[in-house]
Amino acid sequence: MSALVREPIETERVLAHVGDAADGATLLFLGVVRDHADGRTVTGIRYEAYEEMAAPVLADIADEACRLLGTDRIAVLHRLGDLTVGEVSVAVAVSSPHRSEAYEASRYVIEQIKQRLPVWKKECFAEGGEAWAEGTEPRPDPDSRSRT
Amino acid sequence: MPLAVRTLFFAAYRDLAGSSSLDLELPEGATVGDLVASLRARGGPLAELPPRPAVALNRSYARLEDRLHTGDEVALIPPVAGG
Repeated sequence: MSALVREPIETERVLAHVGDAADGATLLFLGVVRDHADGRTVTGIRYEAYEEMAAPVLADIADEACRLLGTDRIAVLHRLGDLTVGEVSVAVAVSSPHRSEAYEASRYVIEQIKQRLPVWKKECFAEGGEAWAEGTEPRPDPDSRSRT
Repeated sequence: MPLAVRTLFFAAYRDLAGSSSLDLELPEGATVGDLVASLRARGGPLAELPPRPAVALNRSYARLEDRLHTGDEVALIPPVAGG
């Protein structure tokens, strides 16, 4: 399960998408808005996306992680819009019979989000002003070149 | 016959374009790279676009060498900052 959402992320509801009697490990990763960037005090972040592309890219990332995990028990939510310090911007829940695959799949999802999800953030500063956060030159997934 | 394509701008690139989208006509056989070059040649803030930005063609990452067709949606993708 994956989605871009505008409302606050409720972690209990994310966790409810994963878990099975066969699973001995459940992991929840949360990305949270922090109060500083490059030595400046941050009061909030505005996230925007190329939604028509970001939704399928996020779904692809979740599918790829499912293959690593060996189960489909992954839930990924990315929030868009205006967030304040402490709010959850991304949640990745994973469950599996054993911890090793769960850690691997969780890490895969967040690293791929950072590399290729078409999402941008504008940081608002306490001293006034705002700026687009420096991002990462996107790296499409390894299979995309052979597909075209 | 010229090609009619829609170009989308996001985040810092939208600030340069002053708009979130632009409808363009390009000569037949034009590539995504030709589109980027024509935008940069318009001058003004768009001249600050990188010569080889990341691009998406019809909502998938694409290459500057990819050919355009009428009705295509081209997005210029600034460095991404999700998570």
